[in-house]
Amino acid sequence: MDTDSPEVNNSTALPPLPEGERPYRRGSGLADYWRARPWLRVLALWLGPLIFLALFYFYPLASIFRLSYSRAEGGLLSPFVEAISSPSVRGVLSFTLWQATLSTIFTLLLGLPAAYLFARFEFLGKSVLRALTAIPFVMPTVVVAAAFNALLGPRGWVNLGLMDLLNQPSPPIQFTNTFAAILVAHVFYNTTIVLRMVGDFWSHLDPRLEQAAQMLGANRIQTFRTVTLPLLAPAIAAASLLVFIFNFTSFGVVLILGGPRFATLEVEIYFQTVSLFNLPLAATLSILQLIFTLVLTIIYTRLAERLSRPMTLRPQAITQRKLLTWRSRLTAGMLVALLLAFLTSPLVALATRSFTHLESTTSGSPSASFTLDFYRELSINRRGALFFVPPTTAIANSLVYAGATVALALLMGVPAALALSRNSTSLTSRIFDPILMLPLGTSAVTLGLGFIVALNRPPFDLRASPLLIPFVHTLVAFPFVVRSLTPSLRSIRPRLRQGAAVLGASPRQIFRHIDLPLVARAILVAATFAFTISLGEFGATALIARPEYPTIPVVIYRFISQPGAINYGQALALSTILMAVTATGMLAIERFRIADVGEF
Amino acid sequence: MDKKILVFLTIVTISLAACSQGVPATQEAEPGTLAPSPVESVTLTVMTHDSFAASEEVIRQFEMENNAKVRFLFSGDTGTALNRAILAGAAPLADVFYGVDNTFLSRALEENIFEAYESPQLAVIPDQFKLDPQNKALPVDYGDVCLNYDISYFEQAGIEPPHSLEDLLLPEYRGLLVVQNPATSSPGLSFMLATIGVFGEDGYLDFWQRLMENDLLVVNSWETAYYTEFSGSAGRGPRPIVVSYGSSPPFEVIYAETPIEEPPTAAVTANDTCFRQIEFVGILRGGKNRALAEKWVDFMLSPVFQADMPLQMFVFPVNPQAELDETFAKFLSVPEKPVQLDPAEIAENRERWIQEWTQTVLR
Repeated sequence: MDTDSPEVNNSTALPPLPEGERPYRRGSGLADYWRARPWLRVLALWLGPLIFLALFYFYPLASIFRLSYSRAEGGLLSPFVEAISSPSVRGVLSFTLWQATLSTIFTLLLGLPAAYLFARFEFLGKSVLRALTAIPFVMPTVVVAAAFNALLGPRGWVNLGLMDLLNQPSPPIQFTNTFAAILVAHVFYNTTIVLRMVGDFWSHLDPRLEQAAQMLGANRIQTFRTVTLPLLAPAIAAASLLVFIFNFTSFGVVLILGGPRFATLEVEIYFQTVSLFNLPLAATLSILQLIFTLVLTIIYTRLAERLSRPMTLRPQAITQRKLLTWRSRLTAGMLVALLLAFLTSPLVALATRSFTHLESTTSGSPSASFTLDFYRELSINRRGALFFVPPTTAIANSLVYAGATVALALLMGVPAALALSRNSTSLTSRIFDPILMLPLGTSAVTLGLGFIVALNRPPFDLRASPLLIPFVHTLVAFPFVVRSLTPSLRSIRPRLRQGAAVLGASPRQIFRHIDLPLVARAILVAATFAFTISLGEFGATALIARPEYPTIPVVIYRFISQPGAINYGQALALSTILMAVTATGMLAIERFRIADVGEF
Repeated sequence: MDKKILVFLTIVTISLAACSQGVPATQEAEPGTLAPSPVESVTLTVMTHDSFAASEEVIRQFEMENNAKVRFLFSGDTGTALNRAILAGAAPLADVFYGVDNTFLSRALEENIFEAYESPQLAVIPDQFKLDPQNKALPVDYGDVCLNYDISYFEQAGIEPPHSLEDLLLPEYRGLLVVQNPATSSPGLSFMLATIGVFGEDGYLDFWQRLMENDLLVVNSWETAYYTEFSGSAGRGPRPIVVSYGSSPPFEVIYAETPIEEPPTAAVTANDTCFRQIEFVGILRGGKNRALAEKWVDFMLSPVFQADMPLQMFVFPVNPQAELDETFAKFLSVPEKPVQLDPAEIAENRERWIQEWTQTVLR
């Protein structure tokens, strides 16, 4: 525990402090008490996050489990026996693991080269491209399905083009309802996680280490394998864990794009809960999902302990270079093209479709023309409907929830990450670290019912309150914040903190002048995750949303669930608006990146 | 650089504050929600599924007449909303629950979430809709899940649209039909129930087996079936027959991209092809405003609300005194003899039927 900040008593050696900063004073009884008990500090860091998790996660979850098992007819064990002995549950479980593993591997295959490009090179349009890569992450599944459909569906641009080209009446490419569709959608969603978490870390690795290896005769592959990869390992492990858990609990993608022949645990939990109301079995499946998440996270934590090593993080100004040779430019160009093609082409297809009027023709393949009708219609309340919401209101609602989520997630996540990184081998860290990941691996269906059962008394009767939305979003964003921050925090050399402490800095000053500048970039990555998670979240928002304050995804869903061309068109138009809002938000957050340069 | 971070944190903190304060602030500005008004009015909370819709005018009328505020809670799809109402138990989230249909009715009645109420409006409502003899769940509206077809496809191909479920097995309808998975979709479940009603428990799996042989496509959601695969609506997919609602064709006229005279689609409403869904309202047990809740139930069954429903939710009023909108009535075809199954039978067999269906069709 905090062995890296030994007792100091030389107050005369204080460096000149910036204005407004109070020097650390000796002689205050409270401060002495505080300083003599480092475990108190760790406890204080944990306090906020743990109260938050207890109230908004463990309590609701425990309540719904208790209620579910009280309904089990054959005793407490019978649902477990039912789950384990059922071949269909076993099939669902193995499919869930299989698709999550494959999806994670493919995501790394696309994400790592992209992370390298973004980490090591300066090139034109980089910040815009970075912002664009975040958009898939916020898109509601029903929209992503529509986007892929606009591109690869039976009447998507690709199939329309091919039908025209080959003079064929039926679409040559079959995409929806295939296993490939699930994998493609998962890579589409999660590449940005790898790109951001690994890329950010990579951009601060000292290139001189690699240069030294090459001076000593290592070739590029050897350098990567023996120097870069081991240094990157903690960030890669953290990103892979998040991507895997996301895929493991996948619901919408599997349901809508995968079709009826595929089911993950989460899909099965939904079916057991909503269609059959078999709560004991649903709870058992949720527990199964949690056990897998926990085991994975424990493996990760052990791994991360062994992998992470202190090193000197360098500002990006030093680590990045321009693309000088033609070969490097060509490779980079191809990679950018691949990223654009993969991550933005479905979105472009969707945006284009929102401006297009399709007319069926006698030849079989429909003809297309430009229209703004869908956008115009968004602001018209044709039916005088009670719950009509103009797009500007939906955007404002979404932004307010997202802003609140960023604030809350950082408020909870930064202390937790600090506590974890200060003493990664202590018992508290070993216990708490895996626990922090649990919300991501929890069935949204189950937890949603948990809120109904648990948060039903004042002062916490939040079941119908819009205030619950940022809290639920924070639950999802919180693990991202912690995972984005810990690799950076752990890599800070203890000597820096010790040095500051020797010079008389208080723990708070150390945080402010050592940790904060070094992890500022990681904090921004964490903030972007919180922001995008909140913007795109649909499930919880729809369940809690009072109809008066819908977010953009909720309004999109209202349109797409009704027949009529103009309804479908409005869903596409509003999705395009959501993309624009996200890109703008990401670019605004990226502006803070300038802060990163030159303060090391 | 610290400053930038601080500025950033300040911005997010302000937005947090805006959220915690801004939301109630808008509530005050908007009548009809949480905020207590100067005149002593009671707030009635109505819990419902997220396809609920009504005219602002109509709801305001109720509020004026009863000096009350009506607050709505959207709680997901029909099944999810009902589960939430059940689990809220003794501390109900609302006074009234609207939207349980005949496929879920037994669950609601078994869990005993409603208090009985004999509304005077029930007198005019035909008996065929009153499925709960104790009047805990009162019928409000009905709709039919029917085959929809793309009119232009059949005109161009020079063939008749199907007139019965058996027709779907004919070679000329090969590869034309898309349906939803009954495990994940409400119209999908209804269509499966229709086949059980028509062919019986002994014959329906055989029918589905032969449908599969006639190149049937199954998808998980109504959205995918209607907008991605069906050729008659905006998505212009490849299949000209889809399982949807009997009221979908009028939707296509009212929500056309450019004004049109005739719908591009039509519903098959021949005898024994559609499945009837009836939606119910009930007063939640343990609610605090029993008197006002009764008023609301009466209001939902009254001609004013009943006449508003078709254009808002595209369902039919159970009250014969309600006048139908012209556009709606014009393109409407209501099946004379839809398939109906006893809710208790549905509840008892739902799991087994879906599993048998899954084994036959998806494996």
